Amino acid sequence: MIWQLDLAILTLVVIAGIGAITVKDLLGAAILFGAYSFMMCLLWSIMGAVDVSFTEASVGAGVSTVFFVAAVFRTTRRTKD
Amino acid sequence: MGDLIQIVVAKYNYWIYITLMMIGLYAMIVKNNLVKKIVGMNIFQTAIILFYVSTGAKRGATIPILEHGHGEHGAGAHMVHAVDYINPLPHVLMLTAIVVSVATLGVALALAIRIYNRHNTLEEDEILAQIREK
Amino acid sequence: MKILGLIIALSTGVLLIYATGDFPGWADPASPASLHLSPHFIEKTMEETSVPNIVTAVLADYRGYDTMYETAVIFTAGLACFILLRIFVREEPGDRLYRHLLTGVTVRVKEGAKLPPSEDFERIDATWTPPDLIIKTICRFLIPFIQLFALYVIAHGHHSPGGGFQGGVILGASIILLAISQDLRTSVRRMREKLDAVLCAVGVIIYAGTGALCLLLGLNFLDYSALASVLHCDPVTARSHGILIVEIGVGIAVMCTMIWIYNNVSSTGKYDEGL
Repeated sequence: MIWQLDLAILTLVVIAGIGAITVKDLLGAAILFGAYSFMMCLLWSIMGAVDVSFTEASVGAGVSTVFFVAAVFRTTRRTKD
Repeated sequence: MGDLIQIVVAKYNYWIYITLMMIGLYAMIVKNNLVKKIVGMNIFQTAIILFYVSTGAKRGATIPILEHGHGEHGAGAHMVHAVDYINPLPHVLMLTAIVVSVATLGVALALAIRIYNRHNTLEEDEILAQIREK
Repeated sequence: MKILGLIIALSTGVLLIYATGDFPGWADPASPASLHLSPHFIEKTMEETSVPNIVTAVLADYRGYDTMYETAVIFTAGLACFILLRIFVREEPGDRLYRHLLTGVTVRVKEGAKLPPSEDFERIDATWTPPDLIIKTICRFLIPFIQLFALYVIAHGHHSPGGGFQGGVILGASIILLAISQDLRTSVRRMREKLDAVLCAVGVIIYAGTGALCLLLGLNFLDYSALASVLHCDPVTARSHGILIVEIGVGIAVMCTMIWIYNNVSSTGKYDEGL
């Protein structure tokens, strides 16, 4: 539980979260969401929750991002806000 | 002043988790685009799961997989101390929550695709204007 | 609307931060969450179920009811996606694109016109990109190993991090990789839609069926020590085997749901063109 590592990854998580909802390109938002998910997985590995981290890595950073990209591909990529 | 530093050092993790939750809530309420709302919902869900799992952390303890755990049960088992292992109960509950969140994501995206097929846009104000015109 | 949303988020945040004044410190070993039920789980798992991974034992044995209903929820979500999006079209509609294999010429066949002979022409999507030999070959080599690793994760859930959910998602991801790297039609030919939907329900039935079998053998619902008479072992090992059986059921259900949702979302229900 090295607190420097913890603080650095938490900062990255907040930046990825703010980025995912602010970017004007929906594909970029989907990929940033995948990065946010992966940083969460790292946080849980640091805390010792290995099962939760494994599930989040496969579900969040894997399948969830693919669903988002498939949906963005089928609808529209631009957005005004 | 030293007291305040003490409080901040003990609790700053919880404050950052609450910040993440509020980012997700803000995105769900304010954003016009449907996909951005769904992203906000997922950020909210993962932040809550992070908060729950963090209540199980223990300083100086190891992961919840028992050592010396091959093929012995009953007589001859080693003594296991609960203080050596982190709390496994929040992990179990949050495993369910993660898989439910991806199922919700699938249904939400299916709904967004149907809305796009009908109204040809994903912005909420344009959809409302089209519905009011009819 | 923006100001209102900002006020709501900020006030909720301030309320929650004020509430953290009562929390125990972060990662405190004496916090109330770790004092009541979890010492029993940590100390007694080995002698009651002989499964070293405490999280798997609690998930599938001590809290088996929650996991059974969660599997039902996953199946319902796949079913909801299917009902929302699926369009069953009897005959192939509209214009189709064919590409001559030898010269690379693309032919657009309008509605009702004659189809070209199928040995020289291949059907392509409207969003066709030139085939990348590296990606196709490497994905074809990798997919069996990914599936083998997923089966290892399911089977080894007792001794290492893993279990039914993780293995099921990785299995589903291997078929999704096939659909992304080659074509949705290739993936649907390998894993047909009817088989997919039926296997999803079979996964839930395996889980509930094990519980019902324990009920029929005389003990409570989902009390795996009743399986000792069927499997010819002592009750503690019977609990370990019962956990394995339900994890297999969960893995099958999760795999089929992931494939089902991906197929429906990426082709908007028509099952002809994918990503």
